[in-house]
Amino acid sequence: MADRYGKIFKDSFWTNNITLSQSLALCPTMAVTSTATNALGMGLATTAVLVVSNVMIASLRNFITNEVRIPVFVVIIASLVTLVDMTMNAWLHQLYGVLGLFIALIVVNCAILGRAEAFAARNAPLASFVDGLGSGLGFTFGLLLIGIVREVLGSGTLFANAALLLGSPFKVIELTIIPHYSGFLLMVLPPGGFLALGFLMAGKRLLETRRARRVAKTVELAAMPAASHS
Amino acid sequence: METAPQRPRLGYSSILLGIVAMVAGAALTFAHVKTAGPIAARLDEDRQASLEQVIPPALHDNSLLKDAFVIDVGHGERKTFYRALRHGKVTAVAYEMTAHGYGGAILLLMGVDSSGAILGVRVLQQHETPGLGDKIDLKKTHWILGFDGRSLGNPDQKGWHVKKDGGVFDQFTGATITPRGVVKGIHEGLQLFAAHRDQLLHSAAQATEENRHG
Repeated sequence: MADRYGKIFKDSFWTNNITLSQSLALCPTMAVTSTATNALGMGLATTAVLVVSNVMIASLRNFITNEVRIPVFVVIIASLVTLVDMTMNAWLHQLYGVLGLFIALIVVNCAILGRAEAFAARNAPLASFVDGLGSGLGFTFGLLLIGIVREVLGSGTLFANAALLLGSPFKVIELTIIPHYSGFLLMVLPPGGFLALGFLMAGKRLLETRRARRVAKTVELAAMPAASHS
Repeated sequence: METAPQRPRLGYSSILLGIVAMVAGAALTFAHVKTAGPIAARLDEDRQASLEQVIPPALHDNSLLKDAFVIDVGHGERKTFYRALRHGKVTAVAYEMTAHGYGGAILLLMGVDSSGAILGVRVLQQHETPGLGDKIDLKKTHWILGFDGRSLGNPDQKGWHVKKDGGVFDQFTGATITPRGVVKGIHEGLQLFAAHRDQLLHSAAQATEENRHG
């Protein structure tokens, strides 16, 4: 049981990572990852919407007919995003000042509809919850990596304005990595986002290939003596 | 099996879609009713905060937001002016101007005192290139403070340009269009003030009177 959910989480977080493996939702990704703080905020807001939309769609999956599933999903997701947008504007206004422009972008995040189609429409609410959480955190992780690379190389800082997002105790994580840095505009603009994403994807691929080779080698070594005995 | 239930399912699907849309609509309406007030209050706070940056508190004893009024500035355009009153006299006005930068419109808020000198200018909204044109924002550099105290005669007509065009205002390395646009926008703002000066400064008593009745 726990194994099953562990696997769902690992698949959605790492193996099918929205950003680094599926390359989905690139529009919001490029728009927000110029700083790590924005990336984190966008990731968490998306995770919230993804978890709720997955659970709702999974609960309703037996009532939704095939013919109207896409419009129903779209209505649910768009309503959720609008609710988040209004709630944040009213009660988390400072954060809204930072993220407001990007909240509406969650609606066009194809990954949310993707998870609804590919997972929530066919699985129970609990499994869909785990999948939503894994996908959302995976997306946050991907965004955060790109954001860190772009912010450090582009502006020389890390987690600038984090206190605005996470509250004043987090002032300590606002770092200046490279003092008196004149900035590297390319990394701040969208092309820098694609560059960072490209290197990160290659890095993930490399990591996976190495791991697969290591596994293959240990299997080979384990099989060798057995083979000689027989 | 495939075709037989098609018709009933069509009806079911339509009703389902209708119900989902209705529930979503109801939820959004409810949320809108609940959040409209707080959102309007937050926006007023934002506006109040920016107004306070361009009009020093010592200049007024009224609420800048409440004593806003709209006048026709020509070409059918109506503009909102926020007036600072002290002892019933207009000491300064604040208003928005739109400048044209490299990345589209730049929304400026400027405060001008009764003599026509700039008290302060702030950028409310801009889409300029990060790291180049966005230096007009006070969060990045203090460039925008260079307009404080300027007026139509200081510098003269020829001076109201960036240095590259023979004026007195600095441009940025790698970005001339943005500061050029901002300088032009502010200059136009001062001309607008001069053109409507009497209306802006002397209708104070009357406007407050109207407010009281309203």
